[in-house]
Amino acid sequence: MRIPILKLNDMLLVSIQVVLDDQSALMLKEDLLQKIHVTGAGGVVLDLTSLDIIDSFIAKVLGDMVSMAELMGAKVVITGIQPAVAITLIELGISLPNIMTALDLEKGIELLRNAVIDDE
Amino acid sequence: MMNKDTVHIQHELDIVQARQKGREISKKIAFGTVDQVRITTAISELARNIYLYAGSGDISIEEIHDGNKKGIKISAVDQGPGIADIRKVLEDGYSTSGGLGAGVPGVKRLMDDFSIDSAVGKGTAITAVKWLK
Repeated sequence: MRIPILKLNDMLLVSIQVVLDDQSALMLKEDLLQKIHVTGAGGVVLDLTSLDIIDSFIAKVLGDMVSMAELMGAKVVITGIQPAVAITLIELGISLPNIMTALDLEKGIELLRNAVIDDE
Repeated sequence: MMNKDTVHIQHELDIVQARQKGREISKKIAFGTVDQVRITTAISELARNIYLYAGSGDISIEEIHDGNKKGIKISAVDQGPGIADIRKVLEDGYSTSGGLGAGVPGVKRLMDDFSIDSAVGKGTAITAVKWLK
């Protein structure tokens, strides 16, 4: 299933509302990088509020997606990771270092605005 | 014994089906939200290992009882290549597939009881149990 990527001024918004299987995650990674390239967006907010599980594969795809976007010059903020998902990720041994996160979409957009402005 | 379900893992989407089954059964047993995510994540890791390394196999999920304790047992069985060095796969960060190497040691941490049995050329059987507290 294709996950929609929305453009809001100079940033992209992605909210994952579907059960994330491996192929959808990989497709999102490619779609997002392509969209960054086409729109010249300086930042991305990736909202995971509806995601009820992140296993090691999805975590790797998310981490790769952030690194690749940053390589292109776009900053990514991940928002809305649920308490149970955070507990499970750390117990699983995954810490997603160097990734900007925020509690919710609103705070994520704010954080991204500041990070992108700081950079300019 | 009730609520036993087996999901045959052969395609990538079977991983999603196995974890949905696990979510359903752990909810029925009345595990809390965090344990439901732990159990579902463990199933996802085990199912993915079958898909990645053995090609196909089975994930069985069942409700178990021990005295007045209630729990969930996950069995992952395949007839794949087997594991030559079990100690290595229990190490954090060890991977032969370019993954994070969090799978097997992670499952061990997420669940209460864990056992692994493997023979090269014959296959692998992993059992993991979580007890309702």
